[in-house]
Amino acid sequence: MAVLDGAATGYRPGRTLTIRSEWRRQASRRRTQLALAFMVLLPLVILAAFQFGGTGDDDNGGGEFSNLIELATSGGLNFTLFTLFVSAGFLLTVVVALFCGDTIASEASWGSLRYLLAVPVPRARLLAVKLVVALAYSAVALLTLAGTALLIGTLRYGWGPLRSTVAADIPAGEGLLRLLGILGYLAVGLLVVAGLAFLLSVSTDAPLGAVGGAVLLFIVSSILDQITALGGPRNLLPTHYSDAWLGILSTPVQSDDIVKGTISAVAYATIFWSLAFWRFTRKDVVS
Amino acid sequence: MLARLPARLRRALPVAVAVVVAVTGAVVWVAWPDSPAYTTEDATVTVRSGPNGNEPIELDTTLYLPADADGPVPAVLLAHGFGGTKRSVAGDAEDLAGLGYAVLAYTARGFGRSGGQIHLDNPDYEVRDAQRLLDWLAARPEISKDAPSDPKVGVVGGSYGGALALLLAAQDPRVDAIVPMITWNDLSRSFLPQSIGRDDIDGVFKKGWAGYFFGGTTGDPTCGRFAPDVCQAYLAMATTGRATSEAVELLRRSSPAPVLDQIKAPTLLIQGEADSLFPLSEADANARGIAATGTPVRVAWFTGGHDGGEGPASDRDRMRFLTAQWLDHYVKGEGDAPSNSFTWSRVAGFNALDRGLVTNGFSVDRYPGLGGTATQQVTLSGPPQMIANPPGGNPAAISTLPGAGALGSVASAAGVAVDLPGQHTHFESEPLDAAIDVAGAPTVSIRAASATGEAVVFVKLYDVDANGTATLPSGLIAPVRLTGLPATIAEAQPIMVTLPAIVRRIEAGHTLRVSVATSDQGYATPVEPAVYTVALGTGDTVTLPIVEGAEPIATTAALWRWVLAALLAAVALALLVVVLIARRRHRRTDTSVHEEYADTPLVVKHLRKEYADGFVAVSDVDFTVERGQVVGLLGPNGAGKTTTLRVLMGLTQPSGGEIFVFGHRLVPGSPVLSRLGALVEGPGFLPHINGTDNLKAYWQATGRPLADAHFDEAVDIAGLGDSIHRKVRKYSHGMKQRLAIAQAMLGLPELLVLDEPTDGLDPPQIAEMRRVLKRYATDGRAVLVSSHLLAEVEQTCTHAVVVNKGEIVASGQVDEIVGDSPTVQFDVTDVDAAEAVLDRLDGVRSVAWDGNGGLVVDIDGSPRSEVVAELVRAGVGVNRVVPRRRLEDAFLALVGSETRGSGDR
Repeated sequence: MAVLDGAATGYRPGRTLTIRSEWRRQASRRRTQLALAFMVLLPLVILAAFQFGGTGDDDNGGGEFSNLIELATSGGLNFTLFTLFVSAGFLLTVVVALFCGDTIASEASWGSLRYLLAVPVPRARLLAVKLVVALAYSAVALLTLAGTALLIGTLRYGWGPLRSTVAADIPAGEGLLRLLGILGYLAVGLLVVAGLAFLLSVSTDAPLGAVGGAVLLFIVSSILDQITALGGPRNLLPTHYSDAWLGILSTPVQSDDIVKGTISAVAYATIFWSLAFWRFTRKDVVS
Repeated sequence: MLARLPARLRRALPVAVAVVVAVTGAVVWVAWPDSPAYTTEDATVTVRSGPNGNEPIELDTTLYLPADADGPVPAVLLAHGFGGTKRSVAGDAEDLAGLGYAVLAYTARGFGRSGGQIHLDNPDYEVRDAQRLLDWLAARPEISKDAPSDPKVGVVGGSYGGALALLLAAQDPRVDAIVPMITWNDLSRSFLPQSIGRDDIDGVFKKGWAGYFFGGTTGDPTCGRFAPDVCQAYLAMATTGRATSEAVELLRRSSPAPVLDQIKAPTLLIQGEADSLFPLSEADANARGIAATGTPVRVAWFTGGHDGGEGPASDRDRMRFLTAQWLDHYVKGEGDAPSNSFTWSRVAGFNALDRGLVTNGFSVDRYPGLGGTATQQVTLSGPPQMIANPPGGNPAAISTLPGAGALGSVASAAGVAVDLPGQHTHFESEPLDAAIDVAGAPTVSIRAASATGEAVVFVKLYDVDANGTATLPSGLIAPVRLTGLPATIAEAQPIMVTLPAIVRRIEAGHTLRVSVATSDQGYATPVEPAVYTVALGTGDTVTLPIVEGAEPIATTAALWRWVLAALLAAVALALLVVVLIARRRHRRTDTSVHEEYADTPLVVKHLRKEYADGFVAVSDVDFTVERGQVVGLLGPNGAGKTTTLRVLMGLTQPSGGEIFVFGHRLVPGSPVLSRLGALVEGPGFLPHINGTDNLKAYWQATGRPLADAHFDEAVDIAGLGDSIHRKVRKYSHGMKQRLAIAQAMLGLPELLVLDEPTDGLDPPQIAEMRRVLKRYATDGRAVLVSSHLLAEVEQTCTHAVVVNKGEIVASGQVDEIVGDSPTVQFDVTDVDAAEAVLDRLDGVRSVAWDGNGGLVVDIDGSPRSEVVAELVRAGVGVNRVVPRRRLEDAFLALVGSETRGSGDR
């Protein structure tokens, strides 16, 4: 009856808590549904604002890039770009922190974490599956936001070149590629938040603490980055290169800061995730 | 002191100290003032100059000496730009001092604290002043020398200081090398430009820049600190808008152009692309003039200038490198001879982070001049058009904003250019098929007619994108004064106009627009209204110079790409190594079965758990659960029951001892845990889904076949009825508890571990639970129940293990432990009397009050009937006699005297 490792019939460590079952676990949660629904709602709200609202005249502090707002209604691509522009700073951070920060901490707070570990789901596997699913949901959120914006923006404002005054118009086909590039860089940049939130998630039983902590640290980093007097060390801040995706809009694409930003994000995410695994595979689960 | 801190805090302290130290270190590192690599020495030097060399004036100087110099060092004479002082070049001086040069920065005459008047780099005045400063340097022992009165010296300066460097090198052979930046070749051409190769006297007065400089001094209300002849020349030109021969003469005297052939010092010419005051053509003229006599000349362009400022960091670094290399070889005598290559940079866009310009650098092996190494023709079209000269030159078109400096860099790149309707005409090309990288001065041929026979026009080349947005590269325009024009365009002769040199990539799909305008804010134009007719000249083309074989200058960007690739590879490799190590460790784990215990569901040996804060929850626990047994783990709160079960479930690491489940040593995550069902520390469910889904989600997480789950049995045991379809969030505590027991029984595990299973259940459910557990233990399965309730263990379990303060105090069959007991509980009418009676009896070993009007008596085997008879004989009424059991005794002996849990130890 028992196989060599003494496990119950049908038990294989590699088959416990599959990505599919974890995906379903998260899908049934209200916060997942609300977060994804908001990704659909936001472009609609922006569209409604453009339709019924007046024209604002603040330049959003973007300097040469402020015209992104003025050009938002010039086509579907620009509408999508604007939607990303307004959500990149905070909204996406919160959503990613939610998916990655809540995943372990909420199981701990419900008490279901100890039953998963007693199944037993190997700890490293539990973390890996949770991380993959959290990242997948984050990616789905990002794509939902961009996809919805592109769809309704194109339906309303038409399919045209990607416009900005920092460079010449970019033909629609290449514009779409650039938009995908921007999405890719945003996704890479958000890995830092994902890493931080995940590390906090294995360190606390309070899901809100993990999510809020990650967002808070992210904001602190952004504020420090605003203080130019700090000089060189600012380059080490995880949020320093968060705006580098704007370089994708110019022709030719300015990839220097994107490369540096990717290095920074990958390094931070690796450190945070390594710490998370190191910690969780050793800690006493007392919740 | 430390010892009194809570343990958690004590452990956190080193971390906190480390963080504070790290943060403090970082702040100190940032804020610590760099120790200067030089010393400074301020001095007021009196020099004698003027046409006869006998007019003393005082010059305000600062000498920067490298701090770590051993012996004499070469010198650099550092001259400032117009309107500046020695302080405005302090940054450059520090840089050069850091490179090992003694740097003499001084304020030119007419500025700052220096005396005298401004003669515009006149050879008799400013240049002679500088010669006397070379004498002064030659007298200093710290300066190394070529000959007794000939110091090793280079001259570096920008704009006004750049021209001084050229003029000084022409006048004084002691100068070893010069680096003139953004400066002029011919000052009269700079202020009186015209782009068709005619005399300066016919130039169009650049009133914007002239006024910017002239208005910027203090002193005499009319002339400020300008010398009278300079002042007169300016006033004459500014009043009439036309040059006088005296003015041209004066400006030319202040120009390197006539004396270039006397310059023998190797010259590095740095010129700005965004410079409407001294455009690239000035450096070009200097380069050709100096090179004609065989003197080494090198040219470099950057994206700044009088309009563009000092340019982005990449440009500044390139200029700094070139300057250091030039001086090191020709002044210090170190390093190889700099190559002859020509480097320049092109604006590529805006930086997304600091909003500054991003530039790409290029180089070719030799300087090609403004005509490029090749040309490309672009055909223009457009009919002859009439344009009006506005009376008084107002309103005027705008091309640049003199003096806007760095602000202008963004402005000129984005384009502030405005043309006024009716005052300009334009000729446009078809959209380009391919991008053209223009580097040099384009030329275009036009024809013009004017009823007065004269015309002043401004020719501009716009880059127009597909949306029609026109950009005037660097805001540069070509002013042209035409004379002897015919009245009709049919008779007009073509005139070749050389447009300002630019560096720009005209993208494919863009069009080129040549615009001819009658007015510009920066220039003096005829006051009288007039109408001109303008048409394209010969060829209908604009000729664009390009530089072939341009190599992009490698930047650190390529390096960062390698860093990224290396990082990604390292992360992937590290991941692979970690996985391999984990696999290997997994394979190495002891999977051997302890034969002795192979058929025993649970063997716990010498289990010890000490938490990180030093609290010993379990010090030494041994027990065994055999098949068919229902074992009760009994103990007060905090006795170590839950900790034992946590270790048993693989949630915490034991500090010592071993646990065997069916002979397999148990560690966190052991596969053998799959044969164990558990309820520890209360239920844990996903609150947002219902009971059934929770059970299914749990079973799904085990990855085992659905058929093995025995769902129906588990659901029956839970006994939740229809409530099982409600969300768990809405369950009562008891309902969750029953669902948790059902979950533990999913798959009918061979060992069931339940922590306080009856918590929250009502009496009938408790009774049912007892039956379930007893039945469960048949078929070779086993149950371990922990509880702090005596009755529960007694009634449910076949065996019991009593723990207290982390140690086993009793274990064995419940029947054995309970058995007959030597103690009896008496409920009596008169407690005091009864106690007195019992104390007298021989068989009675002890008497204690139980607190409820009863007595607990150890009668040591004496028949109970005799004791009762004695009491009755003494007149004490006996209401009740209850034999006490040993389990309870053991329990009470441990905890009865002390109501605090052992967790409070």
